[in-house]
Amino acid sequence: MNIRRDVFQAIADPTRRAILLLLTTQSMTAGIIASNFDTARPTVSKHLQILTECELLKQEQKGREVYYHLNAIKMQEVAQFIEPFRKIWDDRFNKLEEVMKSYQSKK
Amino acid sequence: MELKTQVKAEDGKQEIFITREFDLPVELLFKAYSEAELIEQWMGTKVIRLENKNLGFYQFETSQNGNVVFRANGAIHRVVENQKIIRTFEMENTSIGVQLEFLDFEKISMERSKLTIQIIYQTENQRAAQLKLPFASGLNAAHNRLQEIAISKR
Repeated sequence: MNIRRDVFQAIADPTRRAILLLLTTQSMTAGIIASNFDTARPTVSKHLQILTECELLKQEQKGREVYYHLNAIKMQEVAQFIEPFRKIWDDRFNKLEEVMKSYQSKK
Repeated sequence: MELKTQVKAEDGKQEIFITREFDLPVELLFKAYSEAELIEQWMGTKVIRLENKNLGFYQFETSQNGNVVFRANGAIHRVVENQKIIRTFEMENTSIGVQLEFLDFEKISMERSKLTIQIIYQTENQRAAQLKLPFASGLNAAHNRLQEIAISKR
């Protein structure tokens, strides 16, 4: 399914965003990730599957456990959180420019 | 549309650089930061107090439906007209803490100017928390908007 590989589709879901935020601090097993949510374990597994399919997460076998961690390279596609931050400042500065231009023309 | 604003946040550092060129004389760009009435217009927040001078201070507040949703304040350390503002910034009720901000205003030509903001956080984690904020809330806002559109189309 093509749609699942779309990174922005993947991060549009609040639970999946929360999973990504959770994993910014350290890698975790599916069980530990699920314990952070009220959602049923299979639902969390589904989210992990989608995030893995679109390569935002990587799986790593450590002994008997599978750990999930962020795929740094793929996360750069969402610009390491910088892009939304930048967009907010750009909107704000566009507004500044607009306000000051109308202020200038009123003088 | 291409964004005119640059954001630099290097790994392993606790600072952010924000730069932007404006189609405005530097005097007007500086004015946008020094007059309460203008700040209110472009920041979309209420200016409760502002003394834009050496050892001055400011306080911003935004309300929605009677509830305060954003409150920030800071001390203004130094102001050099049309050149520089050095101040602290703290958004209340967040874990981001106090930031030190260096705002540099530069003249490019009679009609163009450049603003460089260097924001220094106490820790790398606080910088990360700041960067994540719009990531989460921005997408939420987009969602709400989509929902509104979906509802209005029913």
